[in-house]
Amino acid sequence: MSTIIPIGPFHPVLEEPEYIQLYVNGETVESADIDLGRIHRGMELLAQEKTFDQDIFLVERICGICSASHSWAASLAIEDIVGVTPPDRARYLRTIVHELERLHSHMLWVGLAGHILGYWTVFMWGWKYREPVLDALEMITGNRQHYAWYKAGGVRRDVADEIWPEILKIIDEFDKNTDMLIGAILDDPVILSRLKGVGILTKEDAIHYGCLGPTARGSGVDIDVRRDDDYGAYSEVDWDVIVQPDGDCLAVSVVRLLEMKEACKIIKQCIEKLPGGPIVTEIRDIPRGEGVGHIEAPRGESFHYIRSNGTNMPERHKMRAPTFLNIPSFRPRVKGETISDAVLIFAVIDPCYSCTERMAVLDPSGKPFMTGQDLIKLSHEKTEKLRREF
Amino acid sequence: MGATSWGFKKSLWVFHLNAGACNACDIEVLDCLCPRFDIERFGMKLVGSVKHADVLLVSGFVSRKVLPQVIETYEQAPKPVAVVALGSCGCTGGIFRDGYNFAGPVDKLIPVDAYIPGCPPRPEAIIDGIVKLMGKL
Ligand code: SF4
Repeated sequence: MSTIIPIGPFHPVLEEPEYIQLYVNGETVESADIDLGRIHRGMELLAQEKTFDQDIFLVERICGICSASHSWAASLAIEDIVGVTPPDRARYLRTIVHELERLHSHMLWVGLAGHILGYWTVFMWGWKYREPVLDALEMITGNRQHYAWYKAGGVRRDVADEIWPEILKIIDEFDKNTDMLIGAILDDPVILSRLKGVGILTKEDAIHYGCLGPTARGSGVDIDVRRDDDYGAYSEVDWDVIVQPDGDCLAVSVVRLLEMKEACKIIKQCIEKLPGGPIVTEIRDIPRGEGVGHIEAPRGESFHYIRSNGTNMPERHKMRAPTFLNIPSFRPRVKGETISDAVLIFAVIDPCYSCTERMAVLDPSGKPFMTGQDLIKLSHEKTEKLRREF
Repeated sequence: MGATSWGFKKSLWVFHLNAGACNACDIEVLDCLCPRFDIERFGMKLVGSVKHADVLLVSGFVSRKVLPQVIETYEQAPKPVAVVALGSCGCTGGIFRDGYNFAGPVDKLIPVDAYIPGCPPRPEAIIDGIVKLMGKL
């Protein structure tokens, strides 16, 4: 007999309104379910009602943390349709902002993980060290979040050369703080015992569920779009993909911590090598056609597909954020663990539900609305219809 | 000075309700807690239940699925409670106001005492808004 424990939708440890059901037997979790849909905003339809230029501002607001990732992926998709490449300076600038975003996103996760573990100190540290990164982002782009800086063909505003020494100083400082944090976290026996061997995701499961980003790399799956499909300036700087084989919460945390160090390395090299020249390749019209763009967001691969029918608005804009594929890995991870570890296991993929929402079911009766088979049938029919039309 | 306004004069406890925000607003709220902004020097802190709160901070555009819960949360809050709509989404629906899942903005559903616009509002703006609200109550 299993008991159901509800978590959410408005729970102090959840940042976003999500409803999680744990099926427990005594202390042991047997399975879990998740109910999404509270932040579904109808992004894809909204994107079809805006022009290509406005679209970039919309996709930024998919998620407050990955705003550079989504806007870069959408820009790449538009560039793919038109067939232009951005100038070198834009490529480097985009890489710098994207890596700064990775720094602040991972640091935010470290803080939240500390909060969930009951270490308020780690939360305060993490968020204190994150602030200077936001300052750096503000110096470069003008905004702390939602940079409004990426644009199909390049970036929107140029950067004065005087700010780079300041930013290098911030990165050096951050690098040192990360070292300190890595030491403090990995030497703490209490934190280690809460993380080590908890919530294991095997390599087979990670591949089976199609996990992405640090979640997959923590389980020994060696994927990273930055290396596998070269974009930005990543092939011109020296850095490593961090992979850990164990698949437990500790491995994922180590991946994130070490990735911050790699990101610091990338930013420093990019600033050193930053070429001069124009920042944007002008795009006059967008022809009929389709394009894709994908980039490695802090949580994994973000994918954007845009189809244009020759007007100034996209005919279809499909977005897929990494959390969408990482969420199902909750189930194998949480099976057999205790209730007290469940929330940590949910947090370990660094879920971002606002990216993930695909639909909202408003029927309060709780009856199953559609089964998986129904959805597959619906999707096949839609694909057939589109194929005939396009 | 009545008992209510006397109660509002000091430490306001804030319950943050995410009604479909994109995370940026929520992160800026948490940022207010972190050492740089340190909102606790005004006696404010985030609480885990609306039943402990003096201020209900609603961020996000209010989706149709979350709508009954927003109203329920407001009803559960001990009155008087000050409601703050946070961000462009909370104030007007922002960039999502044309979406089919939009049920807000917040002031159509529950009475709002203060608006903090911005997408996302900076932590300084959030602190400023709530401190001004404190003076008003
Ligand atoms: S106001 Fe802006 S930052 Fe805040 S939730 Fe809405 S879109 Fe996100």
